[in-house]
Amino acid sequence: MKKSIVLGALTIAGLAAGAAAAGTLEDVQARGKLNCGVTTGLVGFAAPDANGEWKGFDVAVCRAVAAAVLSDPNAVEFVPTTGKTRFTALASGEIDMLARNTTWTFSRDVDLKFTFVGVNYYDGQGFMVPKDLGVSSAKELDGATVCIQTGTTTELNLADFFRANNISYEPVPIETNAEGQQQYLAGACDTYTTDASGLASTRATFENPADHVLLPEIISKEPLGPLVRHGDDEWADVVRWTLNALITAEELGVTSANVNEMAANTANPEVARLLGTEGTLGEMLGLDAEWSKRAIAAEGNFGEVFAKNIGEETPIGLARGLNAQWTNGGLIYSPPFR
Amino acid sequence: MTTLTDPPRASFRLSMLINDTRYRSLTFQAIALLVLIVSFAYLANNLLTNLAAAGLNIAYDFLGSPAGYDINQTLIEYDSQSSNARAAVVGILNTLLVAFLACVTATVFGVLAGVLRLSNNWLVSKLMSFYVEIFRNIPVLIWIIIIFTIMTAVMPAPRAFRGDEPEATMLLGSIAFTNRGVYLPAPVWGPGSMVVVLTFIASIVGVFAYRRYATNLLYATGKLLPTGWPSLAILFVPSLLVFFVLGRPISLDYPVLGGFNFSGGIQVGAPLIALWFALSIYTGAFIAENVRAGIQAVSRGQTEAASALGLRPGRVMNLVVLPQALRVIIPPLISQYLNITKNSSLAIAVGYADVTATLGGITLNQTGRAIECVLLLMLFYLTISLSISAIMNVYNNSVKLKER
Repeated sequence: MKKSIVLGALTIAGLAAGAAAAGTLEDVQARGKLNCGVTTGLVGFAAPDANGEWKGFDVAVCRAVAAAVLSDPNAVEFVPTTGKTRFTALASGEIDMLARNTTWTFSRDVDLKFTFVGVNYYDGQGFMVPKDLGVSSAKELDGATVCIQTGTTTELNLADFFRANNISYEPVPIETNAEGQQQYLAGACDTYTTDASGLASTRATFENPADHVLLPEIISKEPLGPLVRHGDDEWADVVRWTLNALITAEELGVTSANVNEMAANTANPEVARLLGTEGTLGEMLGLDAEWSKRAIAAEGNFGEVFAKNIGEETPIGLARGLNAQWTNGGLIYSPPFR
Repeated sequence: MTTLTDPPRASFRLSMLINDTRYRSLTFQAIALLVLIVSFAYLANNLLTNLAAAGLNIAYDFLGSPAGYDINQTLIEYDSQSSNARAAVVGILNTLLVAFLACVTATVFGVLAGVLRLSNNWLVSKLMSFYVEIFRNIPVLIWIIIIFTIMTAVMPAPRAFRGDEPEATMLLGSIAFTNRGVYLPAPVWGPGSMVVVLTFIASIVGVFAYRRYATNLLYATGKLLPTGWPSLAILFVPSLLVFFVLGRPISLDYPVLGGFNFSGGIQVGAPLIALWFALSIYTGAFIAENVRAGIQAVSRGQTEAASALGLRPGRVMNLVVLPQALRVIIPPLISQYLNITKNSSLAIAVGYADVTATLGGITLNQTGRAIECVLLLMLFYLTISLSISAIMNVYNNSVKLKER
């Protein structure tokens, strides 16, 4: 380290090593509250409802972790973060985990020192345009003004897409989804680009959603998932396997409604291991045996969470598509509980 | 007979560092300096240790790698494959542009409002105090957002200009006000245009020469030449003559609606306008107060004496009051220019690509090099602020009271 050059003579070095990574799991348990970073508001994924209570697909992950660790799905302090503040908030310890439409990329995993614990939504970047613009393909957007959330992977994909197709555009950088929506509706930009799920969610809040179309091109892979700081593997395991528990629960037919009944009298050894009636998986994680039962009971299994927040029955209206279980031809797949 | 000798020099004892007033202040300063160094070293060491514990280090390699993003307003050539360092330079130039524009207009607003606030006309002076109090007491960020929101909500989108019966039309057929900015005709420099430009520059020099001659003539003989209309004539007549003689070498490229946006001409983006205007009117209110203070600092007797000599009010202001008031006005004006430059970092609120948005925003976020980027930003703002201070102090020295 370079500090030895600068400070070699100083004897105070020993005093400064306050950063020794104390376990996040113990921190959270001692605090009695999970600090979970979410978006500043994206309906369906994370947004406060009319009662000020946070609801959504990402929020459900936070609640499941809180239920597993603290036995209370409501023991979560939701910290709204923007595209720009989210990583600093996580790296500085302001939040324990980030569940915020964050794309798993090489540099974030390796260079920014975060650990992505899995993927809870397979997404891709799309474009939304007003119907009366008469555009039917993103390749017709030559010269368009594009609203884009700044500091995101979408910003880089956008530059790549227009460059690869040899067409030009003018970016309008914005900070939050609400701001982007306002600019887009005022006509200050011709098209709004972000993850296709985010576009669907934004469009659902419009007065006339039918006046806007999502263009068919999906220009990137955006695996979105929760992440934690690098270097605390115990905590990463807790979040990872909580997410996996929700996914496995759907696969095995365990729902928030039947979880207790299944735990009491199942003949399936994998369900028994998942729900802690057999084996010591919970203990290995540093939790009790009932951790996954609580996680599943909090907001339901992966499929329930999907259907309740962003599925086809909701105003967001997203089909399962890639996000179906592997048994149904999708990509959602949890490693086995054994 | 006695011989006068110097009193014996007291030998220096260590306790004198505390007890002797000659050394005491130095001792305490040395201790304070040491404490300061140690605490800074402690903080730096803490930072580096924590970074090392997190597996991070301080490195500036990222500046050379491709930025990967596009910027909506670039004064120099830039595309997404340019380096992060170039993106930072684009941001720096944008910061300097908006700071320069805002300094000029804020000064104009400030001087006008400051002088008019002292007007004997009740309505004018009350209007100006209303302006000053309203703008001075609401944070500049709010003004930036208000102006930007009004622009995007009130002005028509470019598609309103389309069709046989468009909802909006261009001013004089050449200027389009849209919610994405203002589109103006751009000059096209044909052959021979350099001659026109050079003539115009020569005319500007000529105006200064003429005014200096008029002043010298006034001081030497007491004869007063008119300066207003001859200046204007010197400024424009030769250039216009050359322009038409050479067969109009400079033409205009009008913006036309093509595709999604207007193309051609010059686009002044909405974020730039909002930021520029907001900084100007906000800081203008402060400058108005500086100007008022400066004018009121000049003794009333000066004005009365000048009037007694038969000078008209305009001349009293120009020849007697303002030259003395400038001494009081300029030092706080320097602070206002620094404030404009620093406040321009609020550009992020409206998506203007200043250095805080490029280097301190997107680059920081995409590379994750927060500490490096913030250090660079601090260095940049410090350099700019010190440069403005230095230049303005030179000017201040040239107008301050010369004691002979």
